Amino acid sequence: MTARLVLENLKHKPMRSLLSVFLIAIPVTLILCLVGLSRGMLEDSARRERGIGADIIVRPPQTSVMTLSGAPIPEKLVDAIQRQPHVALAMGVIVHPVTSVTFVSGIDMPRFNQMSGGFKYLEGGPFRGPDDLIVDEYYAQQHKLHAGDQVTDILNHRWHISGVVEGGKLAHLSVPIHTLQDLTGNTNKVSQIFVKAGNPADIPMVMAELKANTFLPDYNIYTMEEFTSLLTVENVGGLNTFIHVMVAIGVVIGFAVVLLSMYMAVLQRTREIGILKALGASRWFILKIILAEAVVMGVAGTVVGIGLSFVARALILALYPASLTQAITPDWWPKAAIISLAGVLLGALYPGLSAAAQDPIEALAYE
Amino acid sequence: MSEPLIEIRDLRKIYRVGRVDVPALRGVDLDVPPGEFLAIVGPSGSGKSTLFHIIGGLTPSSGGTVRIGGQDISSLTDAGRTQLRKDKVGFVFQKFNLLPNLTAADNIAVARHIAGRSQAVDPEFEGLLKLLGISERLNHKPAALSGGEQQRVAIARAIVNHPAILLADEPTGNLDSENSAAVLDVMRDLNRRLRQTILMITHNPEAAAFAHRTVRMRDGRIVE
Repeated sequence: MTARLVLENLKHKPMRSLLSVFLIAIPVTLILCLVGLSRGMLEDSARRERGIGADIIVRPPQTSVMTLSGAPIPEKLVDAIQRQPHVALAMGVIVHPVTSVTFVSGIDMPRFNQMSGGFKYLEGGPFRGPDDLIVDEYYAQQHKLHAGDQVTDILNHRWHISGVVEGGKLAHLSVPIHTLQDLTGNTNKVSQIFVKAGNPADIPMVMAELKANTFLPDYNIYTMEEFTSLLTVENVGGLNTFIHVMVAIGVVIGFAVVLLSMYMAVLQRTREIGILKALGASRWFILKIILAEAVVMGVAGTVVGIGLSFVARALILALYPASLTQAITPDWWPKAAIISLAGVLLGALYPGLSAAAQDPIEALAYE
Repeated sequence: MSEPLIEIRDLRKIYRVGRVDVPALRGVDLDVPPGEFLAIVGPSGSGKSTLFHIIGGLTPSSGGTVRIGGQDISSLTDAGRTQLRKDKVGFVFQKFNLLPNLTAADNIAVARHIAGRSQAVDPEFEGLLKLLGISERLNHKPAALSGGEQQRVAIARAIVNHPAILLADEPTGNLDSENSAAVLDVMRDLNRRLRQTILMITHNPEAAAFAHRTVRMRDGRIVE
């Protein structure tokens, strides 16, 4: 009967109920999108790193897993590593930001082909000149580019698109290494070095040899497995704190929405509360109905919020495939539910308690 | 004469309005034996509704005693008065006061639910619904019912838990003469068949004529 009462109350003012559910859904969607974007971008980075086909990555001293500024590694170190026993191939890559989320990689095409098996071309083909640019399908889709097009908005340079490739290797944009080195004032320097062992069983040995080498003092050397496992939200400075702040905002919004909605509902239903009290309903019975109504809206808001996170993902995929990658994070659904339920229960508490404490005579006289 | 079901002695109620004390009841004495149909009449402000509210456990008294079935209800806490409303009293109001979102059947079921009883009603109650003439209208919401039908649903809801006392506050106040007569007939029938004790406030002398006895109130006292 309580369920019927709650359901009928929600149905009685459908616009209020739907609006409340929608407003509760918004912070849920925000939280899921934020977590999904953080995780999606990191997973995308890890996937691209793995796509190179290297076993080991050598990064400059004093860089964290997440940061890579400039190209401080002398290119001659690539050759030095190449000469190490058990190393099949060493490849230096220079990485430079184009926007805050888009990077261009400078690559040595023959070595890249050897290490990764090469790009899979959807249009055009490899570099034919120093000003050639290869874009991946996502960047091409987002910017409506095709092989043969000219672009000038990347590093203020006139590029000719030689090919459009399948995504998943390096950055969205690739150019010849020497062109990017010269354009960014990093001649003969690279950002990181990818190493392939002659045999997967040799990886620990190569790691040990590289770490023991005096020409790589303080360099960060990881196996690719190790490196990609470090690409997590926890390892991005401040991201976790940011997510926590968003979660708190989610609770506050849920709280405020339900507080207003339920407060209004309690005012509108003053007389009905009086009737229930005249029938012998206890304070707890009244409070239970208000809280149950809020919980139903909270659960519905969470479900709608989860649904909207799929919509957001589809929109991002359609509009910004090269800039943003949003993962769907089912492990966060229960957390989002708890966050929104905490908000709605807190929000419903005051209206619920004030309804429960209403004087039945005054409530029955309410017009 | 049998023991009174309701025994009221020197009942007083003072409302505080701002900084002013307003006496609503100034020493009411009343005995109501079980099975009596009692009409209470009097002008507005005479204290009729206040007397009802105290007997029905909607508000505490300021002095005196009220015994219902031997239990002194003047000293009850808020929770105790809630229990009293649940177990011993059924209300019928002038404005029907049905829950607008629920069907007639659910309005009756909610009273059973609050009293902690099963949703299924006994066969005797099924018979009562027929007597009330609402068995065919139970799946309608109040907005789809006439005033007379709403009031009969309200009566059904008030007696579904077999309360000791039915308190009816101007039950015909919002009804035309035909529906008024139907509702009063039903109440008299309930009183006769079930020996349901009924206290009814009314302004209408014709309605009061349905009762066994009429008491008149004025200025917070019973005057005759």
